[in-house]
Amino acid sequence: MIPEIGHYALILALCVAFVQGTVPVYGAAVGNPRLMALAIPAARSQFFLVLIAFGCLAYAFFMNDFSVLYVAATSNSQLPLHYRLAAIWGAHEGSLLLWTFILTMWMFAVTVFSSHLPAAMRARILGVMGLVSVGFLLFMLSVSNPFERLIPAAVEGRDLNPLLQDPGMVLHPPMLYMGYVGFSVAFAFALAALLGGNLDAAWARWSRPWTTVAWCFLTIGIALGSGWAYYELGWGGWWFWDPVENASFMPWLAGTALVHSLAVTDKRGGFKVWTVLLAIMTFSLSLLGTFLVRSGVLTSVHAFATDPKRGLFILSFLAVVIGGSLALYAWRAPRVGLGGGFAPVSRESFLLANNVMLIAATGAVLLGTLYPLFLDALDLGKISVGPPYFDSVFVPLITPVLFLMGIGPLAQWKKAEVPALAKRVRWAAGVSVATALILPLVLGEWTPLLSLGFLLASWIVSTAIVSVREQLAHMTGGGLIGRLGRLPRSYWGMLLAHGGIAIFVIGVTMVKGFETEQDVRMNVGDTAVVGGYVFRFDGVQNVKGPNYTAVRGTFHVSRAGRDLTVLYPEKRRYLAQNQVMTEAAIDSGLVRDLYVSLGEPLEDGAWSVRLYHKPFVNWIWGGCLVMAVGGVLAVSDRRYRPAWRREPQMVPAGAQLVGR
Amino acid sequence: MNWVIVLLLVSGSAWAGEARPMGDNPAIEARLKQLASELRCLVCQNQTLADSNAPQAEDLRREVREMIAQNMSDQEIIDFLVSRYGDFVLYRPPFKPTTVLLWAGPFVLMVGGGVALAVTLRRRQHMIREAMMTEDDRRRVEQLLSQRSKES
Repeated sequence: MIPEIGHYALILALCVAFVQGTVPVYGAAVGNPRLMALAIPAARSQFFLVLIAFGCLAYAFFMNDFSVLYVAATSNSQLPLHYRLAAIWGAHEGSLLLWTFILTMWMFAVTVFSSHLPAAMRARILGVMGLVSVGFLLFMLSVSNPFERLIPAAVEGRDLNPLLQDPGMVLHPPMLYMGYVGFSVAFAFALAALLGGNLDAAWARWSRPWTTVAWCFLTIGIALGSGWAYYELGWGGWWFWDPVENASFMPWLAGTALVHSLAVTDKRGGFKVWTVLLAIMTFSLSLLGTFLVRSGVLTSVHAFATDPKRGLFILSFLAVVIGGSLALYAWRAPRVGLGGGFAPVSRESFLLANNVMLIAATGAVLLGTLYPLFLDALDLGKISVGPPYFDSVFVPLITPVLFLMGIGPLAQWKKAEVPALAKRVRWAAGVSVATALILPLVLGEWTPLLSLGFLLASWIVSTAIVSVREQLAHMTGGGLIGRLGRLPRSYWGMLLAHGGIAIFVIGVTMVKGFETEQDVRMNVGDTAVVGGYVFRFDGVQNVKGPNYTAVRGTFHVSRAGRDLTVLYPEKRRYLAQNQVMTEAAIDSGLVRDLYVSLGEPLEDGAWSVRLYHKPFVNWIWGGCLVMAVGGVLAVSDRRYRPAWRREPQMVPAGAQLVGR
Repeated sequence: MNWVIVLLLVSGSAWAGEARPMGDNPAIEARLKQLASELRCLVCQNQTLADSNAPQAEDLRREVREMIAQNMSDQEIIDFLVSRYGDFVLYRPPFKPTTVLLWAGPFVLMVGGGVALAVTLRRRQHMIREAMMTEDDRRRVEQLLSQRSKES
């Protein structure tokens, strides 16, 4: 009964979404305020309907209702409750429901925080989001229904993939989807502005906070996924250029470009057309990412082709969304004005250059991700495109972006002078070059990549210091603290986000340059030394988990005769699918991680063991966190606050004011 | 001299002590690691040979180790593996007619982007000179600016 209620709620939601996607948009076109006003109740009721559906599926997982096919396929009665609930998004159908649920959440948020928007704009925004929702609901109801029954019911479920039975699974997908789907708001704002023909600085200011928040979620989502892979997969890597990772990284790159382009549109009125195109691109890449991961096309092109229903729907949906929005773009964009002028050397041009490079990098990742699929589909042979390819292609593309990151915030809007600029950054450049040359030698090894990493990180930090000093010099009165406090939050947000990149770069550089690894055979009582730390193997014992049995090793770690910690890596056998998983044990620290992973048992009680010393590895995720905090800080800036407090002031003279 | 080595070997296995590396020769292990990080584990979803714990990967690593010990060059080993498993085993795709686009693409994008940027900036300057901001734009910017100064 309960699953049928969920199913029925989805059908109702589809009807509501259809109304929401058409009536208010038509109302905006003919200027009918009552039709436009329909957008808000429609969006809110759609949210509650999808919430009901989501709740019903959660209930089915909670009750172990194995008469629901999806529950039987991804859950098991032995599975602990939190993983049973996370199993909602453990496979294709439930992920789509989560996606749609988050989309309606964003819609609901738009209805709450948009009272300052002109009614026509708001109607169009919610209308576009409604149309996206129509696509997803139709997809679920036609070929990916999470509520499909299994009759007769299964006695026991097939269990969630053990790889996914991890706290990371509880948090990572919802965060990632909050980011993916959050870009639908930026997309809807862009299309609404195209439809209404009011692509102005006000539009940019309104959509900026939404875009930044989505970007923050995506940043955190990707970082969580990376951290999860690091400790769960058991071989100590943090980024594998796996197609699934690339699928989330591409919208991030495009979204980063969008955030910067919006800044120019907001502050200077420039780049409008480009900003709209980026908003369309970012969301299209989010859609592409969702479907790449969810359609199974990555595991096998042929499996995808043998079940053509889903694939066909996906491809046509992508074609409609991307093609439709680009057509609208081609039709409307040429009429948009240029905005403020700027010289070839100015903050605008630096930001534009950064955008171009970011998009080139996105294109490279896209190419590397899809290329093997196309070759395979065209029967031109099977190839693998992996880390060696991406590393050699991505580093040259992203290095100029990081360089521009230092100089962009220092350049004046409109027109900057190269000699003056060079003079302002000369000590920053000096410090960076010195760091790049000396620091690797101090640390004991000099390689070009180490040097490049330190160069970029110290460049970002030192130029930020130059920027703060100059800002303070322009201010009068108040002590140092007072003056620092008067700098706007959006400025601090930018510095923090850029600083996050620097922290990230340091982490990557240190790990790549100085990590040490031992692949050893250890008997009970044997010791091995990695990075100055002594690991002593004290044998294994059998332990029993809720739905697995495990062999747990004990490793005493000491340094210079002092005991530091005891690590317990495990080798688990999950009972339902009889699958073996490696559970690494990690001692985390600010400047290093110690990482132990059990390999295979060898003869007479010995084990093959992998030991790692990973300097600064946590800076990689710490940097992402700092970036996201910077984004949040920027959104909390007072320039956006009037947007949902003192709205009458905010409506620009040019916008149509049709009721509120 | 021989008895010293025998004694060392015996002591290594009889008493607990320093853990032994999985391979005997560190130089071979270093080369193996280098090679294996560019090779694909064929039975895994998407993992390098160096990272994989799968038994098949273990076997293949042993084979590569033997080939290194037989003094085969990296290229010879790669050629051998490709002849047996195809290009699929390489994570760095070889440069050949079907992969030209793959290798050239990113740099075409970079250069193309740079040229497009330069052209846009130039053209834009001309256009701006012809038609400055419209009156409407100017009003709006003015309003936004005055508002910001009111806020701060």
